[in-house]
Amino acid sequence: MLKLLTAAPWLLLSVSVLSEPFPSTYSPLPSTPTLITGATILTGDGGRIDDGDLLISDGIVQWVGSGDIPENTHTIDAKGRWVTPGIIDVHSHLGVYASPDVHAHSDGNEATAPVTAEVWAEHSVWPQDPGFPRALAGGITTLQILPGSANLFGGRGVTLKNVPATTYQAMKFPDAPHGLKMACGENPKRVYGNRSKAPSTRMGNVAAYRAAWIKAQKYIDDWEAYEASDELDKKAPERNLELDTLAGALKGEIIVHMHCYRADEMMTILDMADEFGYKLGTFHHGVEAYKIADELAANGVCGALWADWWGFKMEAYDGIQENVALVDRPEGSCSIVHSDSDEGIQRLNQEAAKAMARGNAVGMDIAPERAIRWITSNPAKSLGIDAKTGTLATGKMADVVIWNQNPFSVYAKAEQVFIDGAMIFDRNNPELQPVTDFELGQLLEVAQ
Amino acid sequence: MKRLLSSIVLTALSLNAAAQDLLITNATLHTGENGEVIESADILIKDGEIEKISARIRTNESITVVDAAGRHVTPAFFAGATVTGLSEVGAVRETVDSEYEDLFTDIMHPEFDIRPAYNPHTSVIPITRVEGFGYSLLTATRGDRSISGQGGLVRFDGGYDSFEGKPVIFVEVSGHAAGKTGGSRAVHWMLLKQAFGELQKGVELDLLSPIGRDQLRNATKSGVFVFNTNRATDIMQVIKFAKTHNIEAVIHGGREAWLVADALAQANVPVMLNALENLPADFDSLAARLDNAALLHKAGVTLMFTSGETHNARKVRQVAGSAVANGLPLEAAIAALTSVPAEVFGARPRAARRGAIADLVIWSGDPVEVTTLAQLVIMGGKIDSMESRQTKLRDRYLPIDPALPRAYLKP
Repeated sequence: MLKLLTAAPWLLLSVSVLSEPFPSTYSPLPSTPTLITGATILTGDGGRIDDGDLLISDGIVQWVGSGDIPENTHTIDAKGRWVTPGIIDVHSHLGVYASPDVHAHSDGNEATAPVTAEVWAEHSVWPQDPGFPRALAGGITTLQILPGSANLFGGRGVTLKNVPATTYQAMKFPDAPHGLKMACGENPKRVYGNRSKAPSTRMGNVAAYRAAWIKAQKYIDDWEAYEASDELDKKAPERNLELDTLAGALKGEIIVHMHCYRADEMMTILDMADEFGYKLGTFHHGVEAYKIADELAANGVCGALWADWWGFKMEAYDGIQENVALVDRPEGSCSIVHSDSDEGIQRLNQEAAKAMARGNAVGMDIAPERAIRWITSNPAKSLGIDAKTGTLATGKMADVVIWNQNPFSVYAKAEQVFIDGAMIFDRNNPELQPVTDFELGQLLEVAQ
Repeated sequence: MKRLLSSIVLTALSLNAAAQDLLITNATLHTGENGEVIESADILIKDGEIEKISARIRTNESITVVDAAGRHVTPAFFAGATVTGLSEVGAVRETVDSEYEDLFTDIMHPEFDIRPAYNPHTSVIPITRVEGFGYSLLTATRGDRSISGQGGLVRFDGGYDSFEGKPVIFVEVSGHAAGKTGGSRAVHWMLLKQAFGELQKGVELDLLSPIGRDQLRNATKSGVFVFNTNRATDIMQVIKFAKTHNIEAVIHGGREAWLVADALAQANVPVMLNALENLPADFDSLAARLDNAALLHKAGVTLMFTSGETHNARKVRQVAGSAVANGLPLEAAIAALTSVPAEVFGARPRAARRGAIADLVIWSGDPVEVTTLAQLVIMGGKIDSMESRQTKLRDRYLPIDPALPRAYLKP
């Protein structure tokens, strides 16, 4: 323990399993080896197999196509049905803005100071939010819960497996990197400007980000100097939760998720990332991302976008329905459909379908096997978990959805959902449809 | 936009043809009433109205012909309850005119009519219309009074005065608005009873202005009252109140309406709902479920759809599609999207039949499927340009590597 306490905080992070505070206690639900046969399989990495088979056992994808079938394998005939990787939403506030939407459940914005990198969204997550099982019925197997956008640095996000649990730790995706939520534009400057505090302008936003990064750099330097020192009576710098997070982001151990709408602001942020030598992970919302699609791809930055939201505020005025498809167009792109909504997360497949249709209407020829990347492998990449989930490939987590039909349709329904090989939702079996504590026993007396 | 039209053969047989005269051939026509679908329908449009629907219409006159090539054709859709033309940018307060708060008087204002503030030049109208939407219920949104104000149907033809139908009074009876009216939703009923009592007895109780009293009285005789509420027990109160005062009532919201479906059907109270709402968003909505629309329809309740959105009101199509995916018959959804709101709010009939206004849409596929697009919108017999601020932004950024900055691309 003493050894750990004297180590620099980002080193604490890098030896994640042992030193991760609030560690994941997730363990997969019981599963049996399952063979899914005769399905149209979208592998999540651009591949499509018609009339394909898939074997999952021991929590992982054993093979796609053909291979050995162990004894006691349960077979699901999926003829006429479609199979995809579990759907991943990089932008959710389930649990931190839970249903019912009462003031007592308003736990997503620590809007008391513009820089609150010290707060962690996971400490606000209410696992009994009915939004979790609703999202599961829409095929969501993994989701990132983020703080809101009132602050320049809103705090850490957490990546969860969408399994019913009594604690968030039991949902925590093992070894997933932490996220840092940041916000551009109108929200922070409005929240603090209205209180006659900084920031009240976009230039105030940027000045405050830079000031915070400078503090974080000094924090890193102080710890490095301390570590390098040979003095016997050396004194460790004081540990600071806010700077722990910012230092982790500068070191690339925490992935930066930046709420940003306007094209010009996103380019400012990319320059700032260069200035301080950190890597920006994903722009969220990016209503104007289509205007800088090439620059996003060239910088290896993802765009997590809506299919059709626009006009609800000034910085959302230029939204177009081709945004997702245009961001997807350049080589090396990482276009993502996100929800930011307890309704949208239930039908991310439909949101992707709308975006696909708009791309195709302007001649972009986007096939379902390409569009499915927007809600599987690309968000997995955004969250730094693409080595583990997001595609159907041998060795990947067996996070799988069986759809009643082509998922790019308003009529599509997730019929069976698997997480780490365990069937945790079955539309045809009420016993495999979880109900939260909150909803249990409500409206018992319904007399018509 | 020629690209989008390229799959539809558009033949102008004569330059002399009057602009409004149009023949749509070979449509799969969903008329929007009685579950009717007419295959291989030809639709003749004259003077902005549907003149004739039948198989193989021959006309000697020179006329513009649009070949629907078997595609689905419907009357233009209803965009739900919106503040179109009353809100250019949601969070820019000076562009929003749909509600009032902290007015200097203490009384309720049924005469707060949002229609004089309506701006037909809003970018929202073409953006919504090119998605196949022809009209909407212009709404006075929840302020801080039990009566929010007055509105009515508006047609998306860009006219300054394109209002139709009966006056519609918006009434708030949920717990949400109770904060400023004393903290209990029972206050809404207390105040409404008092206001309506004022009409009947002719006694001034200071709740209404003289104009407000006249307009409220008029609305009780020839208007419609839209009650915003979700909770089953509140809906039962609305039914009772409407019966007592002999008014036409509509439920807006209605997440728990399925619980009282029979009572709604019996009282002939229609419901305008968002079929995507299945979460206990508040304690008024614990019974919200995805098949609300299907259950209401089965019980014989008149249905309409809304999305809760103005800028993205085009989402109503997905709302209706979700209702169909959860058990509502497709033709019931199409009626709810086309003819029903016009009937409920007293506008010209919109079901596709002789004499109806020729606001029609040719769809690329199933009209409620999310991958379907409106291919051609016809308003009053005129073919829409299918252009909007958003199609222009799209066409500005679609070309790869233009020689000059994109400000020089003016599609």
